[in-house]
Amino acid sequence: MFDNLSDKLELTFKKLAGQATINEVNIGIAMRDIKRALLSADVNYKVAKKLVEDIREKSLGESVIKSVSPAQMIVKIVNDELTEIMGGENQPLNLPPKKIPAIVMVAGLQGSGKTTFCAKLAKRLKKNGKNPILVAADVYRPAAIEQLRTLGEQIDVPVFSVEEPDAMKAALGGLEAAKSGAKDVVIVDTAGRLQIDEVMMAEAEALKNRLSPDELLFVVDSMMGQEAVNTAKAFNDRLDFDGVVLTKLDGDARGGAALSIRQVVEKPIKFMSVGEKVDDLDVFYPDRMAQRILGMGDIVSFVEKAQETLDLEKTMQMQSKLMKNEFDLDDFFDQLQQLKKMGSIQGLIEMVPGLNKMVPKQDLENIDFKPIEAMISSMTKLERKQPEIINGSRRQRIAHGSGTRVQEVNMLLKQFSEMKKMMRSVNRLAKSGRKITTENLALDKFLKR
Amino acid sequence: MGFFDKLGLSRLKEGLSKTRDTLKEKLAFVSKGKTEVDDEFLEELENILVAADVGVETTLDIVDAITERSKGKTYRSEEELNEMVMEEIRKLLVESSHDHPVDFDAPLSAKPYVIMIVGVNGAGKTTSVAKLAHNYDKAGKKVVIAAADTFRAAAYEQLKIWADRAGVPIIGQGQGADPASVVFDSVSSAVSKGTDVVLVDTAGRLHNKSHLMEELAKIMRVAKKKIPEAPHEVLLVLDGTTGQNAVQQAREFTKFVNVTGLVVTKLDGTSKGGIVLSISRELNLPVKYIGVGEKIDDLQLFDRSSFVEALLEKENGKAEE
Repeated sequence: MFDNLSDKLELTFKKLAGQATINEVNIGIAMRDIKRALLSADVNYKVAKKLVEDIREKSLGESVIKSVSPAQMIVKIVNDELTEIMGGENQPLNLPPKKIPAIVMVAGLQGSGKTTFCAKLAKRLKKNGKNPILVAADVYRPAAIEQLRTLGEQIDVPVFSVEEPDAMKAALGGLEAAKSGAKDVVIVDTAGRLQIDEVMMAEAEALKNRLSPDELLFVVDSMMGQEAVNTAKAFNDRLDFDGVVLTKLDGDARGGAALSIRQVVEKPIKFMSVGEKVDDLDVFYPDRMAQRILGMGDIVSFVEKAQETLDLEKTMQMQSKLMKNEFDLDDFFDQLQQLKKMGSIQGLIEMVPGLNKMVPKQDLENIDFKPIEAMISSMTKLERKQPEIINGSRRQRIAHGSGTRVQEVNMLLKQFSEMKKMMRSVNRLAKSGRKITTENLALDKFLKR
Repeated sequence: MGFFDKLGLSRLKEGLSKTRDTLKEKLAFVSKGKTEVDDEFLEELENILVAADVGVETTLDIVDAITERSKGKTYRSEEELNEMVMEEIRKLLVESSHDHPVDFDAPLSAKPYVIMIVGVNGAGKTTSVAKLAHNYDKAGKKVVIAAADTFRAAAYEQLKIWADRAGVPIIGQGQGADPASVVFDSVSSAVSKGTDVVLVDTAGRLHNKSHLMEELAKIMRVAKKKIPEAPHEVLLVLDGTTGQNAVQQAREFTKFVNVTGLVVTKLDGTSKGGIVLSISRELNLPVKYIGVGEKIDDLQLFDRSSFVEALLEKENGKAEE
């Protein structure tokens, strides 16, 4: 398996004679690679087949620009094609401003992440000045109501539920509660159901008919395989939903299911869920998803996410420190706090193309915040400013004070110095105006040696 | 067939021959009357396997193996050809070892026998724990459930309802507690009360989140403090609708905990769970159980033959191009 379609294609073209142009021979092999890449990303095999045919036609028609390789050209064509299928642009939640309360209904398979999504959506709407109420219409799964209730408490949004196992009663009751409680959005969480479960699908349909939701969202696990298409199609045939929510994108699945669903049901993907915290919800960006499916990282998301969360002033300070190479362990500590706000380091690293390959994975996987914080807290001010003075006995004291082992202190100091080195490389690239890519970073590292 | 008669298993035999009769109709790849492996046959097989989430590499390997094996051969009947194909696929599925019996009635190698249940979010761990508890209880074993999912909202309440349904005690400390300490309590209690099986339900975690994976390793270490061999089994629960990422899940979980087998859930839908072929091949992990519904009885022992048959089964004509 390969990490990245563009690497794979470069390799394919390198092996072929006459690689300077796209022709019938090399394109055949390239298309085989693309098809396999799509299948390995869980794109439905029928969708993949059609896609490859389209890409083939477009590639052959394309005149080769001199400055790029055929492989690069094809990757671009594939990327554009995928982005287009994904819907071109992000589509927002469509709640009519004058209808009060507006109704959102959520449906999907078991374990796809509906309940968590409902809470995240409520939190998001609240942040945007809305006054939502959650309705627990999953009356079957043990403790589903308690789960929604606990989440509701976390985000300070009321949760309506009924005692009896009657989803309709819960939904209608929730609607009434919204009206009497002056809530402007009702979010109805429904039970997970299989598309072949006639009774349960009929229930969902009845709920839809009775509630006439303004947004009926289909929640789907981004790790889903080939059946995603049939499932989405069945839900859509029955419920004619308005949009799709992709969950568990903080995992490392390529998420080809998203592409298949989009292609087959032609409904926009509106949100993506990227973690277990109630803040971990993002609007959907088709172009980034296309790149993810192709394994090409997600530099844009990374940059935006960083911008949103990081304290701007601190970032500026940090940047100037980095530039002057004055970055110390105190700053590192601050940065850790900020990173924590952003989610896992691993997740961030994975969004940057190439960086996941460049930074040794073990190092990253071993980063656990608590001991690091403890260790830095156990250092003196001077030690934090000048880590190089931390000798053997100081290391022992720090380990003792933070309840860690000397090896861990060593590891931290090593990681810190590695990080500084990397930051320097990034800085140099940024200054010279070159793109921050794996190749350029590696090159810089090499030149520095 | 005489074998079954001797054992008085005529009902089983009946069931089996029934399966045989309909097999021909159900198998998706048989082009009518085909008795040799040709390109058309192979292409159809490839589509069926890919559509069942088997994955490109494993699919190509299977296709290669079948091409190799059938070179220059003509089979006497469709059935013979089918059987050959199914045998090739069955070969990829490893069987559970003797130390980890699949059968709930079988004697266990230790007392208490600690089984830890792990997996990503929403795979069906809690429900699987309940089903396992129910089955061990039915087999006359004394069971306790350790509610070590202390993270997800209301996970304890959910498990408590299940435990009550199964009529099995549960030990937990509620949301936010230290999962390792829950496990320590449960194992200690099991030792003092002479419990046979401890089922540890853990919080769902995505395999690429290292701090959560470390936590699992810690839970294991704590269990070992009380019983050095514990956990005797670690079952990875896999959502049967998952695609290629399942291999990555299995790979990562085995890095942190000693996974001994798989529970594949949600196979009552239309998904085939073909990815377990790749997992079995790469990581040598047997499938032990499959989940086929939301009720406490909806857990089945994994059967290689029926799994492979289901894998190749035609469903609503969707395997047809």
